[in-house]
Amino acid sequence: MDTILQLVLNGLAVGCIYGLVALGFVLIYKTTELVNFAQGDLLMLGAFTCYMFVVWYGVGYWLAFALAVVVVALFGAALDATVLRRVIGQPQFAVVMLTIGLGATFRSFASITWGSEIYTLPTPFSARQTMVGKVSVSHEYVAIIVGTVLLCAALYTFFTYTKVGVAMQATSQNQLAAYYMGIPVKRMFSLIWAISAGVAAVAGVLLAPVSLIDVNLGFIGLKAFAAAVLGGFGSILGALIGGLTIGLIEMFAGTYLPQGFKDVAAYVVLLVVLAVRPQGMFGTVGRKKV
Amino acid sequence: MRFVFKTSYGQDVALFRDGVQRNTYIALFLALLVLPLLVPEYVGDISLVFIYSLCGVSLMVLTGYTGLVSLGHAAFIGIGAYVYVFVSQDWGMPWIVGVAAAVLVTAASGVLVGLPALRMTGVYLSIATLAFALIIQEVFTRWDAVTGGLKGKAGSKVVACGVPLGTDERFYFLCLAFLLAGLWLTANLLRSPTGRAWVAIRDSEVAAQSMGVNLAVYKTMAFAYSAGLMGMAGALFAHKIGFLAPDIFSVLFSIQFLLMVVVGGLGSLHGAVFGAVFVALLPVLISQSRDAVPVWAGHAFALFGKDAGNAVFSAVDRFVKQPGLEPGIFGLILVLFILFEPLGIYGRWVKIRLYFSVFPLYKHATFRRQKSYMRSERLR
Repeated sequence: MDTILQLVLNGLAVGCIYGLVALGFVLIYKTTELVNFAQGDLLMLGAFTCYMFVVWYGVGYWLAFALAVVVVALFGAALDATVLRRVIGQPQFAVVMLTIGLGATFRSFASITWGSEIYTLPTPFSARQTMVGKVSVSHEYVAIIVGTVLLCAALYTFFTYTKVGVAMQATSQNQLAAYYMGIPVKRMFSLIWAISAGVAAVAGVLLAPVSLIDVNLGFIGLKAFAAAVLGGFGSILGALIGGLTIGLIEMFAGTYLPQGFKDVAAYVVLLVVLAVRPQGMFGTVGRKKV
Repeated sequence: MRFVFKTSYGQDVALFRDGVQRNTYIALFLALLVLPLLVPEYVGDISLVFIYSLCGVSLMVLTGYTGLVSLGHAAFIGIGAYVYVFVSQDWGMPWIVGVAAAVLVTAASGVLVGLPALRMTGVYLSIATLAFALIIQEVFTRWDAVTGGLKGKAGSKVVACGVPLGTDERFYFLCLAFLLAGLWLTANLLRSPTGRAWVAIRDSEVAAQSMGVNLAVYKTMAFAYSAGLMGMAGALFAHKIGFLAPDIFSVLFSIQFLLMVVVGGLGSLHGAVFGAVFVALLPVLISQSRDAVPVWAGHAFALFGKDAGNAVFSAVDRFVKQPGLEPGIFGLILVLFILFEPLGIYGRWVKIRLYFSVFPLYKHATFRRQKSYMRSERLR
């Protein structure tokens, strides 16, 4: 029983990271209809930026956290304004290839700027844990879960109660109609890129103490992709639930199944779900109109 | 400008547009036959180009002609390579049986992926193929008995029907023969009703279906054919690299194939070959310019004094020797192509050819892309 509780806790923490990255995918997809394969690499950039502020410049952890999120968010907005705005309206395949290319460029940039070694990010809650019964609760995992909950609450409030948030929802429902209503659609796109890059940066900084920082940190995006698709691409709640599902599956498969299943269990489940329900658990995909 | 006036339906689907085109290809073929005599030191690289071209053609059928994006083609080439080595070495079967087994098993696995893929579109399909590739890579790592696991598996030299084809030069001709066979087969398929059905599916599934194209059959066929061709390339690839390890067949390898198709030009067999030339020769080019570029930069800045020249030389030298630079260059090239030349190298070639053949009447608008802002794949 204790093992199971422990696994659930760890799975939820890992799942939160997948969920956050998946959330970034979904936000961009819902608003701009672009599929961003570079989301994982934005996460990597976030983790590295925070590391740079903390270790190179000696900034305090919380300030560095905020700075990293702001820097990566601005970078996301700039990316939209300079590169991605040009490909809106082109086939989805072109966009997928474009963002894959961007991701490779970011990895290369990171390895040139910060070096290709493996780093650890010192945090206030590194390597500390509390025993609850027989379950050891690592503070890093608690930080991830609390951070995710807070971020989701903030995003929910933003999208439901603020004027800009509602304008964004309108944009995602119908770009043309939003344009006619006087919503600055282009600025909305840049803003959503900023938000989703910021979310990726938060995920990166939260993940950094658990998994070490290196250039290939972004490949976690592949699993987050599985999470987003599992939840149904285009459903925010689905992305989070998909992320948690994948995190839990991974933990349980790692413990109870033979070696080697930990990494592929998520993909096996993904293939099964897609074979049964091609639109994911919460997705709505209809036939394209002619 | 030559204009071919078509007088029969046969002319419309002919393999070559006219005699000029046929003679050009024959000349190209003869040039490839004598190429090993001219550049013997590059024969190994060129046979890799041929193998990659085969891969490019395979992915072009699926992505460029049928419109199904696969992020998992590295799995197919891996299956082909491992099956070939297993059958021809561990079982000691003749060479040709090994190749046939590689093609058949890979085509079967293509059907396996294709079947659930029938119901998926767009990004769901790419992710499903990606998941498949990641699972297969794990299988390569774990199934020690067949694949040798992480230790890898060594491939021997080719002996076809008692004739050793192991030397670089003979292997070159073997690859050339396979590439020609693959291209000919694919070109024939593409000008048959099957190929037209694939293109129809790419352009509009709904329209294709209403014209009587059975989506399930043709999509599965595209997957099986593409995978089978990849298996054939895999058998050659096993010989080319000589040593199979699971981490060769990673996601990055799949992305390299997509890079080939995009950079070459989607929707043309020429594009597949151009893209393969590009992808196979770019690392060679990069590694050569690693030594040359710092020297040039140093010479250029030496005009401002010897110290400046040396400083620039060492700075540039340190920069280009960074290990992470190469994937970045690949990525950047991909980005630039998508932004500025979405039709790829072949598209650029067509434009240049048209420019000269209609000179001075060329206009940019001929190739202007149509943007559609309301293209939505979701309902809400």
